[in-house]
Amino acid sequence: MTDDKDVLRDVWFGRIPTCFTLYQDEITEREAEPYYLLLPRVSYLTLVTDKVKKHFQKVMRQEDISEIWFEYEGTPLKWHYPIGLLFDLLASSSALPWNITVHFKSFPEKDLLHCPSKDAIEAHFMSCVKEADALKHKSQVINEMQKKDHKQLWMGLQNDRFDQFWAINRKLMEYPAEENGFRYIPFRIYQTTTERPFIQKLFRPVAADGQLHTLGDLLKEVCPSAIAPEDGEKKNQVMIHGIEPMLETPLQWLSEHLSYPDNFLHISIIPQPTD
Amino acid sequence: MVRAGRSGCASGGRAGGPPVARAREAGMRPGRPARCDAGWDGVGLTPKLPAQGISCPVRPADPASGRTQLPDVSCYFLPRLWTLPSDSPRKWQAHCPRRWRRTLTWPPAASPPPAAATTTITTATATMPNSVLWAVDLFGKVYTLSTAGQYWELCKDNRLEFKRVSAAMQCCWGIACDNQVYVYVCASDVPIRRREEAYENQRWNPVGGFCEKLLPSDRWQWSDVSGLQQRPLDGVALPSPHWEWESDWYVDENFGGEPTEKGGWTYAIDFPATYTRDKKWNSCVRRRRWIRYRRYKSRDTWAKIPSKDDPKQLPDPFNDLSVGGWEITDEPVGRLSVWAVSLQGKVWYREDVSHPNPEGSSWSLMDTPGEAVQISCGPHDLLWVTLWEGQALVREGINRNNPKGSSWSIVEPPTSENGIMHVSVGVGVVWAITKDRKVWFRRGVNSHNPCGTSWIEMVGDMMMVNVGLNDQVWGIGCEDRAMYFRQGVTQSELSGKTWKAIVASRESDRSHSGSSSSLLSAGCFFGDEVRGSGESCAPSDTDASLEAERLGPDQPVPAESVDGPRNPRDSLATGPGIGRTTEHAVEVTSLATPAPGPGLASTPAELPWTNIDLKEPKRAPSHSAAGFPETAGLSSLGLLPLGLEEPYGADDHSLWAWVSGGGCAVEAHSVLKWFTIQSGLSPSVQTLSLSITPAQTAAWRKQIFQQLTERTKRELENFRHYEQAVEQSVWVKTGALQWWCDWKPHKWVDVRVALEQFTGLDGARDSILFIYYVVHEEKKYLHVFLNEVTLLVPVLNETKHSFALYTPERTRQRWPVHLAAATEQDMNDWLALLNLSCCESRRVHGRPSPQAIWSVTCKGDIFVSEPSPDLEASEHMLPCDQMFWRQMGGHLRVVEASGRGVVWGIGYDHTAWVYTGGYGGGCFQGLASSTSNIYTQSDVKCVYIYENQRWNPVTGYSSRGLPTDRYMWSDASGLQECTKAGTKPPSLQWTWVSDWSVDFSVPGGTDQEGWQYASDFPASYHGYKTMKDFVRRRCWARKCKLVTTGPWLEVAPITLGDVSIIPESPDANRSGHSIALWAVSDKGDVLCRLGVSELNPAGSSWLHVGTDQPFTSISIGACHQVWAVARDGSAFYRGSVSPTQPAGDCWYHIPSPPKQRLKQVSVGQTSVYALDENGNLWYRQGVT
Repeated sequence: MTDDKDVLRDVWFGRIPTCFTLYQDEITEREAEPYYLLLPRVSYLTLVTDKVKKHFQKVMRQEDISEIWFEYEGTPLKWHYPIGLLFDLLASSSALPWNITVHFKSFPEKDLLHCPSKDAIEAHFMSCVKEADALKHKSQVINEMQKKDHKQLWMGLQNDRFDQFWAINRKLMEYPAEENGFRYIPFRIYQTTTERPFIQKLFRPVAADGQLHTLGDLLKEVCPSAIAPEDGEKKNQVMIHGIEPMLETPLQWLSEHLSYPDNFLHISIIPQPTD
Repeated sequence: MVRAGRSGCASGGRAGGPPVARAREAGMRPGRPARCDAGWDGVGLTPKLPAQGISCPVRPADPASGRTQLPDVSCYFLPRLWTLPSDSPRKWQAHCPRRWRRTLTWPPAASPPPAAATTTITTATATMPNSVLWAVDLFGKVYTLSTAGQYWELCKDNRLEFKRVSAAMQCCWGIACDNQVYVYVCASDVPIRRREEAYENQRWNPVGGFCEKLLPSDRWQWSDVSGLQQRPLDGVALPSPHWEWESDWYVDENFGGEPTEKGGWTYAIDFPATYTRDKKWNSCVRRRRWIRYRRYKSRDTWAKIPSKDDPKQLPDPFNDLSVGGWEITDEPVGRLSVWAVSLQGKVWYREDVSHPNPEGSSWSLMDTPGEAVQISCGPHDLLWVTLWEGQALVREGINRNNPKGSSWSIVEPPTSENGIMHVSVGVGVVWAITKDRKVWFRRGVNSHNPCGTSWIEMVGDMMMVNVGLNDQVWGIGCEDRAMYFRQGVTQSELSGKTWKAIVASRESDRSHSGSSSSLLSAGCFFGDEVRGSGESCAPSDTDASLEAERLGPDQPVPAESVDGPRNPRDSLATGPGIGRTTEHAVEVTSLATPAPGPGLASTPAELPWTNIDLKEPKRAPSHSAAGFPETAGLSSLGLLPLGLEEPYGADDHSLWAWVSGGGCAVEAHSVLKWFTIQSGLSPSVQTLSLSITPAQTAAWRKQIFQQLTERTKRELENFRHYEQAVEQSVWVKTGALQWWCDWKPHKWVDVRVALEQFTGLDGARDSILFIYYVVHEEKKYLHVFLNEVTLLVPVLNETKHSFALYTPERTRQRWPVHLAAATEQDMNDWLALLNLSCCESRRVHGRPSPQAIWSVTCKGDIFVSEPSPDLEASEHMLPCDQMFWRQMGGHLRVVEASGRGVVWGIGYDHTAWVYTGGYGGGCFQGLASSTSNIYTQSDVKCVYIYENQRWNPVTGYSSRGLPTDRYMWSDASGLQECTKAGTKPPSLQWTWVSDWSVDFSVPGGTDQEGWQYASDFPASYHGYKTMKDFVRRRCWARKCKLVTTGPWLEVAPITLGDVSIIPESPDANRSGHSIALWAVSDKGDVLCRLGVSELNPAGSSWLHVGTDQPFTSISIGACHQVWAVARDGSAFYRGSVSPTQPAGDCWYHIPSPPKQRLKQVSVGQTSVYALDENGNLWYRQGVT
């Protein structure tokens, strides 16, 4: 029997094969070769693309280089979303590798946040972790941690060190024995079809009658359009980490096992491919 | 402690070093029955097995006391010592110094199977959880609530209504509404059996040889052992109708551990004399013993205790009763003290009550200085009685030799105007209720001062309180009649924190038919009749309904009944948690059974405090007794107009009359589900079961696993040549630890440590641990490659949180790297990290394979090693110092693995545990531990110290020794000083759970005060004083307890001494049959577990296998050969054991090696090894 711990490992070591190509309008001194990379699903674009940046800067003039940004089929890619989420949301039905276009010019100010340094990513990541713990434990766990524990979480993510990360993160995934789960489940639901960036509400893992809430319960409550009516055709896919968990899956279990390192469940609702 | 491997090499130290190496084996030929034959051979391994190594380090050392000596840290885990050469053991025989061969024909003609030694099958009913709370509701129905459960279950035998119950772990005593005393003995797979014996005596005469004609001066021809009592076989009768004979009389063939081979006759010159096995020329008399077993049959039912009353006198029925005293004597005495108070205020003691004699023998009257109304007997030596006048009587002088105590002393009530109405005592606490229903706690109560010092008033208004196991307290609310549990009672805070209402609902709430009769008789009990004479009314169902019809339909329902129980006072006065939770339930109840409402609220006088309430005016009770049964009876008959409309709530609030926690073990780590109403779960889910839970097999989980695998394949399979975005770097964890330095003088030195993890070229992780230290102001370091570490073990002692790392090299040097952390958390972090790194570098993860080798250290830590495929093949033997041992959570004394993934263990407290399939637990959390299958585990063991005294002519024995003597308070060896105050639990994990008490069960026996005498230290001690004895000692024991977690679930309720599982290879195609598992209970009963399989490793029930004496060791070999060792040192073989006949048919007595008492046996494929009491290892010759 496979143990639940293996899920954590599978989630952590999820990789997306990616082909980076330089935007055609970028001015280069010589032809820019595409660059191929396995991107960790749980990480952030700007955190793992140093090699990409270096690769393309070699062919460009110094004065043409400004802040790097990425785009897929015309959509600028938000660096502050985990890579796996971006892929599931935008490209899960397309063929692999994932073709990402690299830009150095005309930063889309209205779509993207600037990412001046790794510190910005760290700040964003830690604020997500803290927000998640506020929902889960009224911030009690994260506040009891030392600074070095916070650092270890971040370093674990940055260096892709599963053990290092989970040695600390497991404490964030615990809950009192007398409860049946967290206070609230930290989740965000993303849809490509709406303008709203994501849905986030307070939702408890356990119903008033003691029954565990499921993924289906959550969607019914906060995003009823995502699930097909009883008799109707399935129109949407509910995707986390590239898989479609059954709607019967207990939400608490999902939160413990399929959360991203920022401790949020990032759920993508995408139209069912028509093929 | 030897265990034979399947191919015949004794390859495992049992409880000590590594275990049953039953992995795979060359040349196993299944199906061929092994036969035991020939004789024993001393195996010339070592004349005496060393204290460490193969002879399990758990119970060696001090032969005088037989106590466990914990060996030193540095060498207590020595994998190297335990393997014997795996070639034929016959080679050793040539060098054997103590060869002992006897040839026996098979089957041994000497020992025909004794008739009684056949299997007796007990019904495989589900046994009651061994920890339940007993309670009586207002209608006299008896309910139990399991500590693991959330529903009140109606007592299995519910024919009777009760007014009192008093529970112990295995039984419950009660006074029924017919005023008779009953005992309810819980069912168990192990029968209560007692042996009757009679001796047949014969004298030789020249004419007829030995014959029945005795001399006139001789004893009876059939007599007891002394010869003084005549005892014809047909004159031995069953003591009560609750017993039955197990079989007919048969001759005992076993004489001091050896078969007599002569029809059981033993010979002597004359009566009385020393009898010998062999007939000599001067043997003029002979005798033999006949034995027959009787068995207690009234289990799971209320068995009536014959009334004490003389029919000629006026009856004086019992009014209260209390059971306790089980901690005064340990097994085998195992006495229970049953005390009772009669309506006339007399106190009675039931003689000879014990587990093997659940009924006791007779009532004896105790003198009291006043009229008693109520009594409470604690688990130990506390006994309090309430007197009519409101004082309490305290019994003094209760001890092991005098369970009835010697004198009374009086304790005044807290306030003079309100006398004590009720008391309940525990081990070191007394709770009382005064007549104004206030609750009081007695301060300063203990064995030395059973009266305590002063009263403290507690919050709450209670009808009664009851102190159960671990001094936990339950109470019944005065006005709402709800059951409350005192939360937060610990050893350090005996008075607890708050009252919390138990709102568990009754499983049987919808069965109304039975309750109509109960209502009436309960009504009688509350009314006048019960107070006057002992006349009982036991109305039948017809009476009840008739009466109900007659009085019923127009009985008005008092309007205030709805509000009665919701009097705001109760929720305020009785503290937080009370009242609120029950409100909605009360509403339903008060409509359905309205009468108790006003009764309770307005006239507390009619509540079952019959004796106390006698002083109060009696007008109210008669009215209530009339009004109470009909209305309630009506509602259950469905005639009450209001009741018809209301849904009869399944969770209506029970009204309680009495509670007893004497059989209810609530501990600090117990998670109770009593305080919330759970829905959607059936009562059968109450106990943890080991069959795979639906959650683990749920479709959603399977789908996630499957999709993740598919995703990895889809997204990675064709792209493995892509570059990784993040380069794997070296990760370093550093910290400050202490290190037990390698050079002399050995001491702890502060060191910096760094663990460097890196990824090898093949993608495997590896790690190095660096230890930086300073010596002579010079900085140095040593390093350990974690892929070379064979063992990582916590070494816990009184002061340090330390652990040791072994490598093959370090094992040879007997000098591990020994490190200590500042805090437990710090040590656990390091242990978990290092363990993870070791496992990763060896690519060991997940649950151990079915073939894994399990072992326990002498400290109780559990280790697992994955065998290489050729472990038992002699060509490529993995040197055992290179085997990698990985720790599992939990604490065990014995572990036993089957080769098919079924693993059982036995704790130091004899609790049986079954492996759940998880890993981790204990200090391993997070990634090193599996998510599921980890449970709380606890263990209890004793610490022993010795009090030594020397005789001198002036003062006799005193604690003044000679200057050369040992410490007057010492360990068993006398070398270490161990005082009562200064002795600490073995490590920081353990906490004391009892006080020091004298241990009477030491080998050699003791006198009444526990002393053992000898001519000098150190010597062999005996239990009586002679002229030559100048020194004496006695052993003091104190229990300590450890609570940890691990992949283990308790197999309740029978505690075990030994266990053996058939060694099978996992691929053996035996799926049709269950896995054979045999065990010996800690009382010596031989048991065979039924229904054990890979999917249900705990099995279903025990099958008791009858024996003529207690057994100590058992082992089953690969071909279902079952060998066992009895407590007297004799060996037995069980005939005809097979998958279709799991318990076999009879025992064959196999003679032991001469003058040796065996103590453990182990069977492999065909080999049989045994260990005797002196540590010699024996090999049975000629077993094929």
